[in-house]
Amino acid sequence: MATFGSFALLIALALAAYNLLAGGVALRLLATGQPAPITPERLADTARRAGIACFFAVTAAAFALIYSVFTNDFSITYILEHSNRALPGAYKFSAMWSGQEGSLLLWAWLLATYGFVLRLTHKMDVKLYAYAGTILAAVQVFFLAILNFAAPPFALFRGEIPPDGNGLNPLLQYPEMVIHPPMLYLGYVGFCVPFCFALGALMMRYPGEKWIKITRGWTMVTWLFLTCGIFLGMHWAYAVLGWGGYWGWDPVENASFMPWLTGTAFLHSVMMQEKKGMMKSWNVWLIFATFLLTMLGTLLTRAGLVSSVHAFAQSSIGTWFYVFMLIVLGTCIFTYVLQRSHLKSDAHVESLVSRESSFLFNNLVLLVACFVILWGTLFPILSEYVQGSKVTVSAPFYNAVAIPIGLFLLFLTGVGPLLPWRAASLRAIKRNFIVPVIAFWATAIVVLVAGDRPWHDGAFDSGQFYALVAWSVSAAVFAAILSEFLRGGAVIRKQTGSNLFASMVLLTRRNTRRYGGYLIHIGVVIIVIGLAGAAFNRSQEQELGLHDRLAIGPYTLDCVGFSDDSNSNYDSQFALLDVYKGGKKQFQMSPEKRTYLASQQPQTMVAIHSTLEWDLYVVYEGVNPSNGHPIIKAFLNPLVSWIWAGVLLIIFGTFIALAPPITPTTAALRVPVARTVPAEPAMHGGQP
Amino acid sequence: MKKVSRLNFWLKSAQAGALAIAVCFTLGATEPASRFNTLSHKLMCTCSCAQMLGECNHVGCPNSTEELALLRTGVDSNQSDKQIFDSFVAQYGATVLAAPTKEGFDLVAWIAPFAVFAAALLGTVLLIRHWVSTRPRLEPAAASPEMDALRERIRRETEADGGYPV
Repeated sequence: MATFGSFALLIALALAAYNLLAGGVALRLLATGQPAPITPERLADTARRAGIACFFAVTAAAFALIYSVFTNDFSITYILEHSNRALPGAYKFSAMWSGQEGSLLLWAWLLATYGFVLRLTHKMDVKLYAYAGTILAAVQVFFLAILNFAAPPFALFRGEIPPDGNGLNPLLQYPEMVIHPPMLYLGYVGFCVPFCFALGALMMRYPGEKWIKITRGWTMVTWLFLTCGIFLGMHWAYAVLGWGGYWGWDPVENASFMPWLTGTAFLHSVMMQEKKGMMKSWNVWLIFATFLLTMLGTLLTRAGLVSSVHAFAQSSIGTWFYVFMLIVLGTCIFTYVLQRSHLKSDAHVESLVSRESSFLFNNLVLLVACFVILWGTLFPILSEYVQGSKVTVSAPFYNAVAIPIGLFLLFLTGVGPLLPWRAASLRAIKRNFIVPVIAFWATAIVVLVAGDRPWHDGAFDSGQFYALVAWSVSAAVFAAILSEFLRGGAVIRKQTGSNLFASMVLLTRRNTRRYGGYLIHIGVVIIVIGLAGAAFNRSQEQELGLHDRLAIGPYTLDCVGFSDDSNSNYDSQFALLDVYKGGKKQFQMSPEKRTYLASQQPQTMVAIHSTLEWDLYVVYEGVNPSNGHPIIKAFLNPLVSWIWAGVLLIIFGTFIALAPPITPTTAALRVPVARTVPAEPAMHGGQP
Repeated sequence: MKKVSRLNFWLKSAQAGALAIAVCFTLGATEPASRFNTLSHKLMCTCSCAQMLGECNHVGCPNSTEELALLRTGVDSNQSDKQIFDSFVAQYGATVLAAPTKEGFDLVAWIAPFAVFAAALLGTVLLIRHWVSTRPRLEPAAASPEMDALRERIRRETEADGGYPV
């Protein structure tokens, strides 16, 4: 199987290279009109078919690796280092991305899959797709070259083959780890597609904004994958690492967040280009930057550029990435300089207080947030270069710098939709802002009365201050978005006679993009509410003998047993804790600590009881060696479940935004005959 | 007159709100803050787990127990934050601090984000003002009763419906 996999990768590289060369020559012939023994269209089609065949070759290689994991083929070094016989079936899949070679193969396979779909749907615009497919082939050549020459996943083990493998990293032996990395990679790799379209459209001086409409679906789906990947990672960190948090500002976490920020900025600013023909250069550079940041993220994970807890995949292939990123950046700059006259805006912002301005500021803040994170991630390297010694840039820095910027962004999320296009009159501003402002102050007062104390014990508590601001701004933004739904719903209700909720549903269906976007914004608000709860986290650590009790918040944990267990994959120690609230037993929790036999690495299995109010989060920290009693650490983390609920709403909102709107004609058919209204102006112009 | 009384009403409401918030801000603490806990979240565990000292959760961690003991000594002997941090840096190196200091080159780490933010904000405002000032003015269309009626109808309908072209 190793030979089969290696050959499949070699063939895939040859096919991708042919796609790149033949596609490039065909496009050149098309552009210059030079005579050739084969028509450029035919040559371009052979290139496209080579790209499709490349997908099958990479799929064969990926299958070979998975097959080798399942058949415990320890003659392959990668399988030996990342799997073992006792590894459960689902985690055998995880072995594919637990190490560098496998994860690069996953990258290449996902890229080939995206390329496969792109090349199959080429009839939407043959020439633009030919450009995009050829650029995509260049990226494929890069990854397949690494897989063939620098990090081969099918390298054979030299020497006597051991009877069993080293096993999978215990951190990865968790259900979410079966889907978190592929989801994140789908997001990372997916941004390659809009990048290829943007670069291709610029190279061919594609007329109009159609390329943006074509790539919108790609970009949104990719953005959704990246969003889900990031939040799955947060949930995994929360449930597995056992420190009670979900985001540690680790460089690799930051690396996934940066393209998300620029991708989000792109999704907002393309609306300006579609509606007004503005920000063309800006959009092109946003998508270029997003792609380069996905590359930087992959580089950070692998090159050991900065120290990270995600150190399992480090190696020396960084040079390949540096060179590739330089080539990409050079190509982007060259193409932009050559074709910049094509990107002249059709219009400009007409007022400082307008929807267009709010988009500009929104983009600005997203990019500043991205810069701050990049700055914090790379500052240790800069410091070492300048001062000769490294410094740590961790949560205290980001909390002080990124949170105020994030809150300003949240504020803009509420302000933007309230401003009209072109210019806002004072009367419109007063009318639209009165409810959000009342919501802001009412929430601030309620939160303060409820016990938030930004100033206590003679010291300023930034956590509680930010929580106060976050909840108040969240309330204002929620009020702003809700009033948008209510106002629109009320107009439809007046016309159709249906109830307000049905009217709001119809409103959403008529402009899925705008109201889907609003649902996403509400999801963000809910997430912020949950994140702000961290200012009130509590924890308690205690050694618990039989029937010893640990009290935290309204809960009392009674230790009713502790023992150990063993299976073929791991040994475990666990405690059984009855949880009481108000003197009544509510439920039982069983935190656990495992030691995996193959790797001899320990791993916590946190017990979590979630409610809307808070999470009771219990960690089995270890055993007191003198008496064998477990040491238990309990956390009471307020509002954490709001974060996950917000993500679900973001997913729902994205699906709504992707759904085609019902046309006014179709909508009119739904109006009861007796109350048919006069013809309506079209509204599916894609307002944000 | 009516406008003035309404303005007074809003001003008084705002004053009352601000006063209520100021009172709440300065009320006593709900729980005593732990300096030990705060400082443990400004230091890193040096066992290469990349976690903050207060969050390192390894039982038997080779470094965190010793670091926590050092921190406890510093807090119990009423050393200032700076003295405690200096003793940690002397023992474990500069990477034990969870964030750059606000001295020397490290200060750049703190200034740069806000400087970039301010510059970008200012630049955007100036750019928009430039666009607004250089925008070509359209000649007003010749007035006609039909156009006036249409304009009035559009204003009435859009304002009544909150601007919703539904």
